[in-house]
Amino acid sequence: MTREIIIAGFGGQGVMSMGKTLVEAGMAEGYNVSWVPSYGPEMRGGTANCAVVISDEPVGSPLVVQPNELIAMNGPSLKKFEPHVEEGGLILVNSSQALEKVHRTDVRAFYVPSMEEAGKLGNFKVANMVMLGAYIAATGALKMETLEQMLSRIFTGSKAPLVALNIQALQAGAAHIK
Amino acid sequence: MSQIVYQRSAGLQDVETHYCPGCHHGIIHKLIAETLVELDLCASAVGICPVGCAVYAGNYLNCDFIEAAHGRAPAVATGVKRTRPNLPVFTYQGDGDLAAIGAAEIMHAAMRGEKFTTIFVNNAIYGMTGGQMAPTTLEGQKSTTSQLGRDRQHHGLPVRMAELLSTLDGMAYAERVCVADMPSLHKAKRAIKKAFTLQMQGIGFTFVEVLSTCPTNWGMSPVAAGQWVKDTMTQYYPLGVIKDVEGTL
Amino acid sequence: MQKELWKGNEAIAEAAVRAGCDAYFGYPITPQNEIPEYMSRRMQEENRVFVQAESELAAINMVYGAAAAGMRAMTSSSSPGISLKQEGISYLIGAELPAVIVNMMRGGPGLGTIQPSQSDYFQATRSPGHGDGHMIVLAPSGIQEAVDLMQDSFDLADRWRTPVMMLADGMIGQMMEPIAWKQRPAAPAVDKPWATTGQGERGHTNFVTSLRLDSVDNEAFNEALQQKYADIGRQKTRYEEVDCEDAELILVAFGTTARIALSAARKLRQEGIRAGLFRPITLWPFPTLALQQVAGRPNVRAVLTVEMSAGQMVEDVRLALCGAKPVHFFGRTGGMIPEPAQVAQEIRRILKEEQA
Repeated sequence: MTREIIIAGFGGQGVMSMGKTLVEAGMAEGYNVSWVPSYGPEMRGGTANCAVVISDEPVGSPLVVQPNELIAMNGPSLKKFEPHVEEGGLILVNSSQALEKVHRTDVRAFYVPSMEEAGKLGNFKVANMVMLGAYIAATGALKMETLEQMLSRIFTGSKAPLVALNIQALQAGAAHIK
Repeated sequence: MSQIVYQRSAGLQDVETHYCPGCHHGIIHKLIAETLVELDLCASAVGICPVGCAVYAGNYLNCDFIEAAHGRAPAVATGVKRTRPNLPVFTYQGDGDLAAIGAAEIMHAAMRGEKFTTIFVNNAIYGMTGGQMAPTTLEGQKSTTSQLGRDRQHHGLPVRMAELLSTLDGMAYAERVCVADMPSLHKAKRAIKKAFTLQMQGIGFTFVEVLSTCPTNWGMSPVAAGQWVKDTMTQYYPLGVIKDVEGTL
Repeated sequence: MQKELWKGNEAIAEAAVRAGCDAYFGYPITPQNEIPEYMSRRMQEENRVFVQAESELAAINMVYGAAAAGMRAMTSSSSPGISLKQEGISYLIGAELPAVIVNMMRGGPGLGTIQPSQSDYFQATRSPGHGDGHMIVLAPSGIQEAVDLMQDSFDLADRWRTPVMMLADGMIGQMMEPIAWKQRPAAPAVDKPWATTGQGERGHTNFVTSLRLDSVDNEAFNEALQQKYADIGRQKTRYEEVDCEDAELILVAFGTTARIALSAARKLRQEGIRAGLFRPITLWPFPTLALQQVAGRPNVRAVLTVEMSAGQMVEDVRLALCGAKPVHFFGRTGGMIPEPAQVAQEIRRILKEEQA
């Protein structure tokens, strides 16, 4: 199976690092993966997005035109990419930023108030991890343990306390998926 | 019994040059050759020759040489000196090459304080291509592309490269010399030798501007051309040390 | 083998370090900036040479100097910057100096866009700069292959005393993929008796030059150069063939576009349409014979070349096949990337047309 994912939002929302975390975890689980960022002036604020492919066969085109999964971190991203999501696909909306609802009826839609959840944990920066946790719970694409193990490898030394915070964020996001 | 009182420098190859009668390139080559011999650098030096009349300098001087594209000699020299920092490296460039098409390369080599030496031969004209106007052509001077004489309103005034480059901190030593008579020639030799000596001490970029002749394209006899360097060129391009950081560091 | 996630540009830079690159000279231009950025740190760590030049012109001429001094030298840029380097590449060819040049192509003409493109194919493969020259051109379609080809690039450059270009695009430079660092022996060090390292005890001076004012000499040099090109061409050209054995249509594409074409071919297999992919890896010399053999099979009804250009490699495909099979073209230009669905649609259309 091949998952073609677009993660989109404002610059600074951690969109690129969400994608990198996903491909890193996908690689750890033995999948073929690729990550392609939008680049250029878009990097300097404004909208940013990345395309992630996680597949059990070699990745053909790393470019994602018709994603089967979309993580929209803000309203403009939802508006831009909703029409392109494959029929039967999935849209995960950061409802703290995107006030709009998904219009499509042929896709599954989930709404996650990532900022509120991150706020409850005392650090708005983990909002993207809340969304990732929700994504894992909604798709079962990867194992939650894999992400947790990665976090403990990323945050070491003085940053070690961040491991628990990020794991809590993942779990808070997952709890929103029913 | 006869005694050798003068002979071709061992820093020169045993060939005839293609330079015109009265041209100073040959004299300047000889001063570099003597310097290389006296500092024992013939075995290690790498020269970079320009596009211009000195394009064949690599056939005349007794050291390794690289022929650069027009104006790019300072970039080529950077590539050599950075990868072979122990080798003495020098560029030999004319005024069209250095001050026009290669203005960026020489400026940035000086700015970075590249530890090579540039011998800048300024004869106020494009020699090889047939006497066109150079950035160093004097006001009023006629050339094949300024047939009514260089006009300050139209062409601007000529550039003093040694002074310009000396504003850059990477420049360690800059001197303007000429070889039009024996006292000048001795000064020129001292300047070239000093530039190479400082280079080998790794102080920074070293630069010797040599005012030179082009009797063919100036339309003068060799003697008149030499006199024109002394009387006219030095008025706009004063001789002497422009910058010397030796002992100040 | 342990896999690591690397961004294309950084992986290529690291691969160059591992391939024994002695000196890197560059100038910023998107989308290849991660190469000079990475090199500025890594080359210093390795006690090797990194210089940020004042222009692409200066950078390629620094490469020329370092190469003349016998060093493994490289530069990288993207299309507009490569245009500026053409002068230096011609001189490298004329002086027979080895060097590696990476081009992360972006859409032109002019300043164009920073998005991926393949529209420098002609510039790279026909005659880079002025004069009758060529360079070896290698086109990776992914990061692992780019990394593997970097060692080959330096080895081939030294072996043939020629510039070698790695021709990729902004997508390959910017994307991340897992790669494995393979331990592989470098080719035996090539002796460089021509290098300008100071004459020492050599007994003669070396003069690295592309100037041959005597036309008789210059023609002799050109003939020797063409002989060298013929010798290079006789070596095994590189290409990849996927699902071509039973294919009714052969896709010909390189680099990023080959991956898109492969996605289209896989999709069509599910519909019962048999499409295969022929992917040239050496763009110069072009794998002419191999393509003739693959496309010449009786089951092949048509060939479709897909490029991110208005149609450049398709000329080599047509020259190779000389009318033996119908050659079609599909391309996107200006930084737009062909979509697998568009390529698939084009294949369906062609096969229907060929049937009629």
